[in-house]
Amino acid sequence: MLNFVDSVQAAVSAVRDGSTVMIGGFGNAGQPFELIDALLESGATDLTVVNNNAGQGDQGLALLIKEGRVRKMICSFPRQSDSWHFDARYKAGQIELELVPQGNLAERIRAAGAGIGGFFTPTGYGTMLAEGKETRIIEGRGQVFETPIHADVALIKALKADGVGNLVYRKTARNFGPIMAAAAKHTVVQVSEIVPTGALDPENIVTPGIYVNSIVRIDSSGAAAAGTAEQVA
Amino acid sequence: MSLVETSIQTSETPLGRDDLARMVARDIAPGSFVNLGIGQPTLVSNYLKPEQNITLHTENGMLGMGPVATGDQIDGDLINAGKIPVTELPGASYFHHADSFAIMRGGHLDICVLGAFQVSATGDLANWHTGAPDAIPAVGGAMDLATGAKDVFVMMTLLTREGASKIVEACTYPLTGVGCVTRVYTDKAVFLTGPDGVRVRETFGCTLEELQALVPVPLTAAPAVEQ
Repeated sequence: MLNFVDSVQAAVSAVRDGSTVMIGGFGNAGQPFELIDALLESGATDLTVVNNNAGQGDQGLALLIKEGRVRKMICSFPRQSDSWHFDARYKAGQIELELVPQGNLAERIRAAGAGIGGFFTPTGYGTMLAEGKETRIIEGRGQVFETPIHADVALIKALKADGVGNLVYRKTARNFGPIMAAAAKHTVVQVSEIVPTGALDPENIVTPGIYVNSIVRIDSSGAAAAGTAEQVA
Repeated sequence: MSLVETSIQTSETPLGRDDLARMVARDIAPGSFVNLGIGQPTLVSNYLKPEQNITLHTENGMLGMGPVATGDQIDGDLINAGKIPVTELPGASYFHHADSFAIMRGGHLDICVLGAFQVSATGDLANWHTGAPDAIPAVGGAMDLATGAKDVFVMMTLLTREGASKIVEACTYPLTGVGCVTRVYTDKAVFLTGPDGVRVRETFGCTLEELQALVPVPLTAAPAVEQ
């Protein structure tokens, strides 16, 4: 069921206390800042968040962590020069960290959306990140068993959506968007533009609308833009 | 034998970071698909020549990455793995993260160039975590790159600030990958690593004997035909 909503608050209302939330973005590229701000405002807490990083500076995911809404981070690269809110929570023992090599993170997310129960990968074999995991030698290489990562809600950012929820992205802001859209039970997308159905070339659609549940348009000033339903109609 | 050993010294002085980056760039075969890691390896891109026709991959979903963006070129949606704004070259392509790491893991990249804390005599790599109890671990794409590329080149200084060799019998820092490094470019020498131990392609500012005094694993001169 696809809904076009007029507010970011309505868009993130599917997130409950204790939800697992995938948040798109690699650094700031593709990070859905307006949806994250709305999630912060919603008060939802005890969240497990899946993102490549663990927040930068004083915006977006970093603020969710600062405000103590995140119980656990699943990510590949939490430590950055400006990840001070995560660093403080982690050092205080107030946030759990599941550190996953970036390609395993991406493939575990992909596996969830594709209905795969797990996979063997050479990445991480023989390292401390494989400790306690099943291993096999396959085709002469050590491989580690990794399981899918599912989510209750994905919050992602795309460039354009059409009336049936098909998405296209922009440059390296695509990153985790397509695989998170498929891996979550409920996918929320903020877009810069909503175009009439048929206006996107079917050959160029990156995320088919079947993966998308809720779309909100954010105008260039960062505010949720009303009137999306009329545009679609 | 001594004639061979003395002949592998190719510079009177140790190499600086830019000289080393120039050498790595020169050694990359024309037409290669290459990923340059964060830090010192990014310097290599400054010395790749257009006629080499090298395609750069960045883990966050792009082939055909161009130079660092300046001025009006800066676009927050177009960044590299170090989150620095970059440009796209004609023929560039974008793809999602699972595809980007399939490119790595699937063995499609010819070379990746990484920094390192330590490399073992058999090519084990340690470059992501000091293992210190108060350190926040962050691995990023390092393990995927180390495991997936056909050749893994390391760029680093040979010695730590305390004077210890970073080429070691066995890594004491947590591993990034096992037996993955094929070549190590340092300020004092270029090492070829593999199951048969460490061979030295050339030395800078020292002889092989002087180098051996710094490195706690047996070194042999690499036959010239393999250079």
